[in-house]
This record gives sequence, C-alpha cells and structure tokens, in this order.
Amino acid sequence: MTDLNKLGLAEARDALRKGDTTSVELTTACLKAIEGAGALNAFVHQTPELALERAAAADARLKGSEEAPAMCGLPIGIKDLFCTKGVASQAASRILDGFKPEYESTVTQNLADAGAVMLGKLNMDEFAMGSSNETSAYGNAINPWRRKGEETPLTPGGSSGGSAAAVAADLCLAATGTDTGGSIRQPAAFTGTVGIKPTYGRCSRWGVVAFASSLDQAGPMTKSVRDAAIMLEAMASYDSKDSTSANLAVPNFEAALTGDMRGKKIGIPREYRMDGMPAEIAKLWEDGTAMLKDAGAEIVDISLPHTKYALPAYYVIAPAEASSNLARYDGVRYGQRATLDAGDGITEMYEKTRAEGFGPEVQRRVMVGTYVLSAGFYDAYYNRARRVRTLIKKDFDDVFAAGVDCILTPATPSAAFGLGEMTDADPIKMYLNDVFTVTVNLAGLPGITVPTGVDAQGLPLGLQLIGRPWEEGELLSSAYALERSAGFVAKPDKWW
Amino acid sequence: MSIDESTAARVAKLARIKVEPEALPALAQEFNTILGFIEQLGEVDIEGVEPMTSVTPQNLTRRADVVADGDQQAAILKNAPDAREGFFAVPKVVE
Repeated sequence: MTDLNKLGLAEARDALRKGDTTSVELTTACLKAIEGAGALNAFVHQTPELALERAAAADARLKGSEEAPAMCGLPIGIKDLFCTKGVASQAASRILDGFKPEYESTVTQNLADAGAVMLGKLNMDEFAMGSSNETSAYGNAINPWRRKGEETPLTPGGSSGGSAAAVAADLCLAATGTDTGGSIRQPAAFTGTVGIKPTYGRCSRWGVVAFASSLDQAGPMTKSVRDAAIMLEAMASYDSKDSTSANLAVPNFEAALTGDMRGKKIGIPREYRMDGMPAEIAKLWEDGTAMLKDAGAEIVDISLPHTKYALPAYYVIAPAEASSNLARYDGVRYGQRATLDAGDGITEMYEKTRAEGFGPEVQRRVMVGTYVLSAGFYDAYYNRARRVRTLIKKDFDDVFAAGVDCILTPATPSAAFGLGEMTDADPIKMYLNDVFTVTVNLAGLPGITVPTGVDAQGLPLGLQLIGRPWEEGELLSSAYALERSAGFVAKPDKWW
Repeated sequence: MSIDESTAARVAKLARIKVEPEALPALAQEFNTILGFIEQLGEVDIEGVEPMTSVTPQNLTRRADVVADGDQQAAILKNAPDAREGFFAVPKVVE
C-alpha cells in the first residue's frame, strides 16, 4: 500500500486486520511524513525510537489476538499538554523547558494500553491559552492550507494548532487535543478536520497540564467522524485520580453511527446569528441545516438568551482558574528557575522566574485572574460570572427539556486567518474566535465540529453540533449524517 | 472601574510576576480593555441565581482514609531546578 500516512484510523485498523499492512509500516510512513514537514512546525518533540518499539509490540499483539483494541498499532500525535512519562511535556511554555514527567496522563495511558503508537508531541498555544498557536514557546505552527494562489502563512487555529496541522497534513492518523473554550473545535474547523470535545468528566484530566479545571476536557482530532468515535472511546474512562471524572460506562461510540436523522429535532439558536456574520458563514450554516432536514431531521428555531454573556463570563472564570492553577510554576519543583542576583530572596526568585518563564498572553491571563479573585472584586467579577454561567447552562437545559436532540451552529466566525494578522489587534478581537464554542465549555456539554465547505479562497469551513450531556453517541451519529451529506473531501495541496 | 498603574503594580505583585515600571502603563491599558469587555456582565439579572460550583450534577466521591501513594522521593525531586540532600533548595527565607 502507498501513502499509509494518509489513511484514517478506521481504514488503517481494517488494513491491519486484513494483514494488508503492519503497524511498523504505518508508523514508518508517518515518521517519514513528519521528517519532511518541518515547515509546519507541528511536531515539536519527536519520539521515533519509542514509536517503532511500540509499533513492533502492536504488530505482535495483533498477530496473537483477534480481540486487540481498535486503536492497536495506529500512529497518533499527542498534544504537548499531556504528561508523557520520560518524554518532554512542556505545554509549549519556557517555564517547563526540560520537564520530563515521571508519570503518564490517564488519557495517554489509555491510548497506550489500547496499543496506539505515539509519534511525538504536538505544538500548541502556551498553556493552551490562545486561538492561533502564536503564543507557543516553540514558535508558530503553520496551517497546511493556503488561500488559493497565495503563499501567506495561515494559522492552524489554537490552542491545539499543532494537532490540527498534523492531522490535516497527514503526519499522523489522528491526534489528541484539549478544549477549554474551543481549542479542539476551532483548529479542526480551520484545517478541514473533525474535532470533538466530550461532556465534562468523560475524559480524565489527570496528568493533563491544567489551564481552567472546570472547563478543560481532552478529545480526539481526526480525519473523519468515525475516527473520532473510535478514538474517543479509547481515550475516555472513569478515573479515581480525577475527582470530576464521571463514573459512567463508556459506550461503543462507533456502533452509534447510524446517521439516521429521522425523528431527531435539531435546534437552530437565533442568538448565534451575530451582527456582521460573513455571508459565507451564514450560507454554510443554512446549507448544513438543509442537509440535516433532507436527512429526515425536524428543524426548530430555538433561543439561548444568555449567549452574548458567555464570552465575558469565560474571560473571568478561565483566567481566575488559570491564576490559581499556574501558581504551581514557582521555580522550585520543576521546570526553569531564573538566574538570580546576589541578595535575591525567595520573592525575587518567584517574580523573576515567572516573568521569564511565562509569555505575554499567559502573564496577562494570570494577572487578570488574580485581579478578579482579589479582595473587594471577588463578588463583583468572579461570583457574578459564575452566576451568569448558571444561567448559560440553564438556557441549554431548557432547550433539551423541550425535546431538542442537537444544536447546529457555525464553528468559527471566519476561515483561518493569516499569522500575525491579529498581532496588533487588542486581545478581545482574538478572544472573539471562541464566540460559538465557549458556551459549550461553560455548560459542560459535548460539541463536535465537522468540515462542510470551503470559502471563496478555498479554505475549509466547519459547522458545530452541540449535544446533550453524556450523549456523545447521538451527537456523533448526527455529525456522521452531516459529514455524509456535506461530502467534504478537499485536502490541502502539499507545499511543505 | 478603571485600573491605574499602581493597581497594575499591585496585581503583578500578587501574581508574583516581575513587571518593569516602564511596562506598567501598557499593562494597565490592557487590563482596562479586558475589564471593559467583562463589564457587560453587569447587565445580567442574577437575582436569586446560585453561582455554579459544578457543571455536572455530581457529588465528589470519598475514598478510604488510607495512604494511597508515596515513597517516591527520587521521582518527585527528579525535575527540580535545585535539589539537595533529598530536599528542594530555595534562596534563604529566614535570616
């Protein structure tokens, strides 16, 4: 077989079962693709020896058993936010330069137990704070997609930008991502790939570098909805080491992919029709609605009245939690410590270490979080935002109680933008990238983005489906119907 | 609510991030932009609404009160920038 790295998880799994290829061959093809893709800056720590070792073990396991898990032998990339034992895990931050964990995150352990082959660690925004992968200590990851006839480097989105770029460029069969405000779904939409953020509590957060603990969830980034179903099942588990992990059985998500929309009610939220929405996005949304209707779904107009307040609530809650979580980077237990001057005490050590180790966006969010939690402002900002969050969740509860199965929205306000294009804008402009995705994190719901079209410049655009809590199977099945109707098959032309 | 340079300096101090004095005006300006955006939350009627503590309705589970982990001194100190004689080393904190 040729171009093994271009396969998806399901195709590769089936090829392995038939004996058409081996995990070592699949892994070698991906390693070669990674080697030739330095220009994308997607893989920032490569582990080829470890990968080939695991691939050989997977081949042995596949030979010995008919019952090997679906992910067995499949080469994937891991976002740098996941702690991987003995392998650099630095959350794309200078402050964790040189950090090699002595332990493995539950999600990557689950994948390893299933026989998946880790190819290396993927670029991202520093501590997952960003929407363009431009805050990374490793430098920008580059989107394999370009505007028609142009060479302007575009963002793959963020924060899981390296994951999205690697999957879109076929450097791996799939990758892990994490999503606090849209960090799986926005990059997936910017790269023509599929990304799902499961219900809060579905995937263990243990061993995933924490950004905002009440919002963070891990999920897969893949080439198809079927692949997302396969990989999510392998990543998810109940984990007593994460106190918010849900003690629920993980269903067979792939078996749920019927794509049957008959009798399903799809909600179209009027508040997502933002002022100034580009005509292309509005049309994409209308087309997607028509596709689900043609597939047999009933389309209903719904209202989520507090949508407008989701982004400001997020930019209180997420920085507040980040300021608390990132207090641990103090130059004492792990990572970097600043060089100190004679006479510097422990306070200078903290202050210099954190000033040198954190990039500007991380510093900004830690300080905003510190401010909204400080005496005198806690009620006015933090508690108010948490009360607004209750109302945002209630908006969704009410709609689901009225019988809506899934909600269809745009994934992003635009296609991928040029690297540096937002540099001079104020931070709020960048934050607006999350306008359609952030509500889902605040309400703890599962959300998936599926590529459904291209814009006038040939760049991919995606739609988002939002599901009921714990109903990822149902959500994936609706996404599967949308994927089949849209028939999105475009790939970026190889220039790297 | 407007943040001045002295407030910005106080926040930086609380966050234990060294900010040079010449960077304070720009920092205060950024805070004001972000807080101006957050001010919208003041429009929402939150009377009688509880602050969210858990996004999924679940109780935190308890476990048996026993030692579950430990005896990993070497692993814990492995990544320390300065570890000596089984301890994390820091600049002198007591005269």
